[in-house]
Amino acid sequence: MSYSTSVTAIAAAQGIENRRRRWMRRYLLAAIGGGIVFLWVFVTLFAPLIAPYNYDAVDLTQRLLPPSPQYLLGTDELGRDVLSRVVYGARISLPTGVVVVMIGGVLGTFYGGIAGYLGGRVEEIMMRVTDLFLCFPPLILAMAIAAALGIGWGNTIIAMVVVWWPKYARISRSLVIVQRSLEYVEAARMMGYGSGRIFGRHILPNTVGPLITLFTLDVGTAVITFAGLSFLGLGVVPPTPEWGAMVSEGRTLISQWWVSAFPGFAIFTVVMGFNFLGDGVRDWLDPRAKQN
Amino acid sequence: MLFGYIVKRLVAACLMSLAATLVIFLIAHMVPTDPIRAMLGDLAASNPDTVARFRAQWGLDRPLHEQYLVFLKGLFNGDLGVSIKTRRGVVDDILQYAPATLELATVAALMTVVIGIPFGVVAAVFRDRWVDHMARLVSLIGVAAPTFWLAFLALALFYGGLKIAPSPGRLNLTDIAPPTVTGMFTIDSIIVGDWDSFRAALAHLIMPSAVLAASTLGLITRTMRSSMLESLGQDYVRVARAKGLPERSVIMWHAVPNALIPVVTLGGLAYAELLAGTVMTETIFAWPGLGRYTYQSATALDFPAILGITLVVAVVYLIMNLIVDISYVFLDPRAIRQ
Repeated sequence: MSYSTSVTAIAAAQGIENRRRRWMRRYLLAAIGGGIVFLWVFVTLFAPLIAPYNYDAVDLTQRLLPPSPQYLLGTDELGRDVLSRVVYGARISLPTGVVVVMIGGVLGTFYGGIAGYLGGRVEEIMMRVTDLFLCFPPLILAMAIAAALGIGWGNTIIAMVVVWWPKYARISRSLVIVQRSLEYVEAARMMGYGSGRIFGRHILPNTVGPLITLFTLDVGTAVITFAGLSFLGLGVVPPTPEWGAMVSEGRTLISQWWVSAFPGFAIFTVVMGFNFLGDGVRDWLDPRAKQN
Repeated sequence: MLFGYIVKRLVAACLMSLAATLVIFLIAHMVPTDPIRAMLGDLAASNPDTVARFRAQWGLDRPLHEQYLVFLKGLFNGDLGVSIKTRRGVVDDILQYAPATLELATVAALMTVVIGIPFGVVAAVFRDRWVDHMARLVSLIGVAAPTFWLAFLALALFYGGLKIAPSPGRLNLTDIAPPTVTGMFTIDSIIVGDWDSFRAALAHLIMPSAVLAASTLGLITRTMRSSMLESLGQDYVRVARAKGLPERSVIMWHAVPNALIPVVTLGGLAYAELLAGTVMTETIFAWPGLGRYTYQSATALDFPAILGITLVVAVVYLIMNLIVDISYVFLDPRAIRQ
């Protein structure tokens, strides 16, 4: 009696332990990610209220000061407050990441979706065009295009969108091909609906789940790529506070590490936040993925 | 069937390379800054005769498709134009800087494979234990930390702070480079038996290549882990266990070889990561390779150099993907039927 009770108790305890672990994996990381993202969105919206100083107030008497209660993250070579610049940097990086993924994602989704839906020769030609863009490493192609278009925020976004849409085109094509052969599409066709309506109202909504997951994960990638382009001097023009450009400005200041370290840390947290959140979104939208 | 597949892949790769040249050509023509004004200067550009002669000389008065053919002919003769910044042939520049990058990238790729694959295997076998959490942390850093930031932190901590790492660059300022054979200092110093140079070159190589490896390490570890987990759940693993094989052999000879297949397909992607990484790493570590040349060309808006690098990188990328595709068929013969 007591033996079987203890076995049940152990089994129950293990069950709770397993469930706790699974809960941790499923929700805790997603919650942390969501929290980080929320925090950065908050910083983006209320930057003027949060930043203790003006982000481009030069004060040469206060150059390269280490972090202190007065300047929490120190000052840079021109005596500007690093914290204020990191805070304002969110206003550049976050919108860029979201805009690139939105435009590139929507363009690619429609392009690939239409190719997959039409099929045949048209699909073949459309997807060959996609392959053309995929035969360059993304950062290198974005770099060449950004350089050709000329330096500026808008041009960098265009360059990134050009390298961004093809992967969505590929994924949305394969998603649409799976949906196309399903029975509900057949049913919709028999109801006499037109191609446009079937594609827009029936097929596309069913491919949204995996795409939303990808969108979320991808914002982080876009932020990091944009920072990389700015680091190379192909993003926004100084003295605009952009994280990648800030790391680049301070890259030779080995002893004054705070000038480069904190903007880089900002990029790291944003990308991490979107990654955790994206994983959470995937588990939520695709219950089958939970078992793995 | 195998032969046919390889031929088909080869032809496709050649066509894609050709297409890549077209993209490069079009980007070059997208440049809004007037190339004539840039080359001649404002005074000469105000004289219509000079401009006409210049256009004729460079073939700029011909239709676009003819210009493309001229561009292609130049390419086949190994001509990528002249760099605006260095005033040398872009091909000469690339050949000069390539060995340093090759050395760095090779060591980084080796580190990735030697650390990433065992790490992924161990993380999958001891799932949810501390090794697994470590693996997750490493992949997180690899994915989320910008390479240029990691490079800066490593330099600031180990060189600036702890003073245990050597200065940036390939050698100390007082060291003399070994006579050039391959251009890779570690190999060249072995060839002439100069062990002091070898030690110096190796010491300078460790930190940049470790930073570079971080970006691909995350990718490889994560993929190897999930692929291994899937492999461990397969029937052939159960069979191997059921016939009484020790767990060690089950993992080493049954689970790992199958789990490696998806990792091989990442070769192309990992190469792209590595390449983007060299631009950042070499810039921070003052490593005189292709990455830093790319950075310098980008910041100087040196078009011929940028386009030349883009083309070379695209062709190597296509070759990498070709190798991946072909080796994949040997690893998994089922793939050919698809």
